[in-house]
Amino acid sequence: MSLAECRSAGALEVKFVPDEDVLRHIADDAGVKVQKGKSQLIVNTKRFVKKLEAISDDEAQEILEEKNYVAVLGLCGEESMTNGSSVGGGEVYTFQTPKRSNKMAELASELAQTPGQSVVPDPSECPEKTARTPQSSKRSSSNQVQQKTKKNEFVSTTPYRLRRRLAAPDAQLESESEYSASCSEEEEVEEAQKEVSTVLSHQKTPAKTKAVSTPPSRKTLTKKKDNMNNLVEEYFEAHSSSKVLTSDRTLQKLRRKRLNQQTLHDLLQKSPLAYAAEIKELNQQYESLFSKWMLQLHLGFNIVLYGLGSKHDLLEKFRTSMLQDSVHLVVNGYFPSITVKSVLNSITEEVLDHIGTFRSPLDQLEFIMKRFKEDSSLELYVLIHNLDSQMLRGERSQQILAQLSSLPSIYLIASIDHINAPLMWDQAKQSLYNWLWYETTTFSPYVEETSYENSLLVQQSGSLALSSLTHVLHSLTPNARNQSSLGLSFQDFYQQCREAFLVNSDLTLRAQLTEFRDHKLIRTKRGADGVEYLLIPVDDSTLTDFLEKEDEDV
Amino acid sequence: MSTRSLSKGCFVFKPSPKRRKVSRTTADYFREGNSDLEDSELRFATCQSLQKQVKSETEQIEEELNEQLFDNLVSFLRRSHSAFQEKTTEWTWRTKSREIPTAALVLGVNVTDHDFTFRSLSEVLQNNVTPYIALLEAKDCPGIKNLMQKLLGQLMNCCIDVGSSEEEDYEQVSHTRVRCSMTSLINWYESATKRTDSETPGKKRTSSRHWQSPPVVVIFKDMESFTTKVLQDFVVISSQHIGEFPLVLIFGIATSPMIIHSLLPHSVSSLLCIELFQSLSCKDHLSTIIDKVLLTTQFPLKLSEKVLQVLINIFLYHDFSVQNFIKGFQLCIVEHFHSNPLSILCCQLEEAKRRVNSLSHNQCENVRRLPSFRRYVESQVSEKQIALLTADSSLKEAVRKLLEDLNVYHENYFPILRCLHVFTSSLPKYPLGKQIRELHCACLENRVWETEEYESSLQLARMLNKSDLVTMLQKCVEILVSSPGREFDEIVERLKEFLTQFQKLEETYQERDESVSPQKELQKKTNLYNLQKTLLELKESRRSKKLTKFEMLRFEVVDYIDSLVRRYLVPADHKTLHEIVYFNTASVLREHLNAAPRIALHTALNNPYSYLKESSPVIYFAKCEPEVRFILRRSTHKIKCHSVFIDPLKIQQVVTWSISSSLLRIVSGQENVIFG
Repeated sequence: MSLAECRSAGALEVKFVPDEDVLRHIADDAGVKVQKGKSQLIVNTKRFVKKLEAISDDEAQEILEEKNYVAVLGLCGEESMTNGSSVGGGEVYTFQTPKRSNKMAELASELAQTPGQSVVPDPSECPEKTARTPQSSKRSSSNQVQQKTKKNEFVSTTPYRLRRRLAAPDAQLESESEYSASCSEEEEVEEAQKEVSTVLSHQKTPAKTKAVSTPPSRKTLTKKKDNMNNLVEEYFEAHSSSKVLTSDRTLQKLRRKRLNQQTLHDLLQKSPLAYAAEIKELNQQYESLFSKWMLQLHLGFNIVLYGLGSKHDLLEKFRTSMLQDSVHLVVNGYFPSITVKSVLNSITEEVLDHIGTFRSPLDQLEFIMKRFKEDSSLELYVLIHNLDSQMLRGERSQQILAQLSSLPSIYLIASIDHINAPLMWDQAKQSLYNWLWYETTTFSPYVEETSYENSLLVQQSGSLALSSLTHVLHSLTPNARNQSSLGLSFQDFYQQCREAFLVNSDLTLRAQLTEFRDHKLIRTKRGADGVEYLLIPVDDSTLTDFLEKEDEDV
Repeated sequence: MSTRSLSKGCFVFKPSPKRRKVSRTTADYFREGNSDLEDSELRFATCQSLQKQVKSETEQIEEELNEQLFDNLVSFLRRSHSAFQEKTTEWTWRTKSREIPTAALVLGVNVTDHDFTFRSLSEVLQNNVTPYIALLEAKDCPGIKNLMQKLLGQLMNCCIDVGSSEEEDYEQVSHTRVRCSMTSLINWYESATKRTDSETPGKKRTSSRHWQSPPVVVIFKDMESFTTKVLQDFVVISSQHIGEFPLVLIFGIATSPMIIHSLLPHSVSSLLCIELFQSLSCKDHLSTIIDKVLLTTQFPLKLSEKVLQVLINIFLYHDFSVQNFIKGFQLCIVEHFHSNPLSILCCQLEEAKRRVNSLSHNQCENVRRLPSFRRYVESQVSEKQIALLTADSSLKEAVRKLLEDLNVYHENYFPILRCLHVFTSSLPKYPLGKQIRELHCACLENRVWETEEYESSLQLARMLNKSDLVTMLQKCVEILVSSPGREFDEIVERLKEFLTQFQKLEETYQERDESVSPQKELQKKTNLYNLQKTLLELKESRRSKKLTKFEMLRFEVVDYIDSLVRRYLVPADHKTLHEIVYFNTASVLREHLNAAPRIALHTALNNPYSYLKESSPVIYFAKCEPEVRFILRRSTHKIKCHSVFIDPLKIQQVVTWSISSSLLRIVSGQENVIFG
């Protein structure tokens, strides 16, 4: 009940919040944030100092930098379009995290310093905050727990690094150029901060901002002296804490993270595709290549398409426009249970009309090769969507497909999407495939390809598990009910149950557990020491929901 | 019909039989893909014939290159089982014969070409030595059992090829039933040889090609990939039976012959009687191909410097595969004829001249548009300029002449290039490259005589000794005499003159030796002052010494070579109409042969504007409200934090997630978020 309420509040109440609130909100987070590792903080403040010198708060500068950054990338891009290899190995997908994060710091400080012009509509965070305040008063004690967890989630919704960055700026914006951190003092301050913030984080008052901001202002002027001494240490400390680069932001931490399939679908439907015209033009460009592809297929090459975006539609268009008059085979590599055998089967059974079975795929391949060599009038176009899919990427599958494609009268056109797809092929396979590579970056969504997969966003069977959990629980005797606790060793569990007077023997407990097991709500696993462990294969959030519900019911 | 299904992943589409008739030919596709419809049929025909020529030429070259190796192998096979053929039953032979004759064939690292080599090898053996050949690959033989299965299967099948069709049924049955063991192999061998012995006279022809009791040849294509155990077992088992049937092993080795000893322990390798064969290295192979295919006037299509560089780089840095090099060359041919409407003139000179006559007006316009032709027009007098630009007939006349020039240029270019290569390849440190292909690239790139390398190589050439110089000149004469160029008589004359002068020099040298040297005079004088004076004089004279005759001659020779280079090795793109015969879009080649999908993804994600050219990023950012940017930034950050990002299939999911989580109102499309 309360859950649903809260959820709807989050989804519907989109509210514009004045800047001051947002700032305070960010500062709140910052306060809690300081608790994180000290070395990290040092590194960041350190970096921050450097950065701040470069930051100027006017918009133009920002945009200029932006421009430079983009221009650099654009250069790479352009070159890669023409000769394909100007972006060197290291540059590709290193993500340039430091650069990014300092950009964020700039932005954040910019926002902090120019309050007049920006309003941050943050439907996920601020509305919730406002929505929850009136409720919290009338909550029952059981909701307290929930609120707490919620709060934790809520707190972490601002990017970790951003929070860290923000810890410093609003307190010391004036004196930051002189500020330079030194380890020992930093530690003390942090110690103090930690205490303050841990206390405050439970109370959640606006005063927190002030409390947090006082300690840093104390230390600002006293730092400079043993700067040099610590430089070396700082250097190593800075480089040892590689943790800084990764973020702890995961899907799990996100409040309101899961939607059901339908809502997600609707949401996606609503958002219009940006740059539709350009993308269309891009696609038309590729479509003009169709006859060239046909020519090259006929000249003994095979074609592989790569690049971002689904190539399904493109290939489908190719098929409908060019292959209507010839025998062709379409293989959906993304189909979850596709195998080479099914590909071979459809060739032998449907293309060659052969009835009979084969001992192994290799035999089958030999048969196909023989038939195609004997009968030169036989021609077959093979279209494979996602040649690099889970099921087809195996060495043997690729070998068979490669041998198949090396036949002069089999024309293969395939698409690959995985970034490491070319690693599937060694030299021998590549020469069998005889690829011609075509870059077809379509930017179109992978709708078809992912349709068989479970989306990360959709709440996986959560409601199902929840309902089954409730059902099973209700069907049990009251004694059995309380056993649905946690993953722990069987003996411990038995002991607990005994102490709670739930069961009186090993056997009865087992008998009661079978009910859970049958509904896949519990799993047993043998640990390394041979002890049986009980696990509940349902994720935490579902369980929490469940417990909440139970509490309400009681 | 749809290709979406929840139960199926493969869909076969068959056209209705009525529609099947109208299937199009390759030529149709060639025509369709062309924006220029000009003469596409003729172009396609030319393209095909050229491809065929290249293919047959390269195959022939390969055959020639392998001939020596195969001859050696055949004679090895002959030797190895001569004893068995004589059917000697001597005890000594019996004991000795525990060793299996083995040929270790070192083929080099160009693994992709090995298939071709093995195929032609087994063909050669099949034709000359034995019908019983089994080709084994490591991937088919994870265990000894699979190996025997494969071996027996192949042997019995090849027996069918030789045998008559009526035996086929019998063989087919036995193939599936036979237990795969060495004894069954021996039994099969005995029956097989017996059968061929007792064949009807009509079939004798087939068996007479082979020897009496032909050996069974087992080829291990990729020795290195076999597991040690399988190999060991096979060798040990078959060595037990070597007395009963003649077995010969051939190991295909990609690395070094040492691998045999590291794979097999001494006890096993001592059962083998190994003889080493070395195939030609792939680099030599490539040089031959380049020499015979690219550096001749035989094929009208030429590759520009960049294209050649791309192909060579792929070869050197990726696969060492000559086959792939040829494939790249074939692609060049297709691309050239496909993309260039004027490629119709890219054929033998006589034919091209004929085709010039029938050029359409559009094609004439195409010619006028060529940059090199424009340069040519600008260099003409004004009346001629007008004629060239307006009248098609005068244009055709000019084109004919220019094509002829181009042909002559090529005829002269290659022999002179070879001559220059004779010089540069013997210089220390090879300033212009060791291989002729490097020299060729340097010459194509720009005026070679303006480069530093050329300068230094000339300087080095001026220091060559006489015997080297003479042999080089002789080589040059040979090259020039054998080449078809018309202008070379004079050059040959001149070079021969140089040679005779060197000859004469030798005689004069001998005379000079007899004359009194200043040193001798020196000994006479004992006065210190005089001594000093003469020494000074000597020093003086040495400094300002007149060059010896030899040195003069050497200078003359080098200068002459230099003048030849300046005259004949003009880079091709200085020539008018070079666009017709030179394929120079290297980027296309690299894109299709040596693609970088990683970089494509990187660019698409980081800078989609390189694809969606319309709107520029700057404008985009200016349009955005600051908070939008802020949130976009954050969402990008989120995306980047997730490892799922690496799999592009999942990107969308992450993106949708960030949409649904906080950005519902703002984000209007995925690109925004990705771009951030």
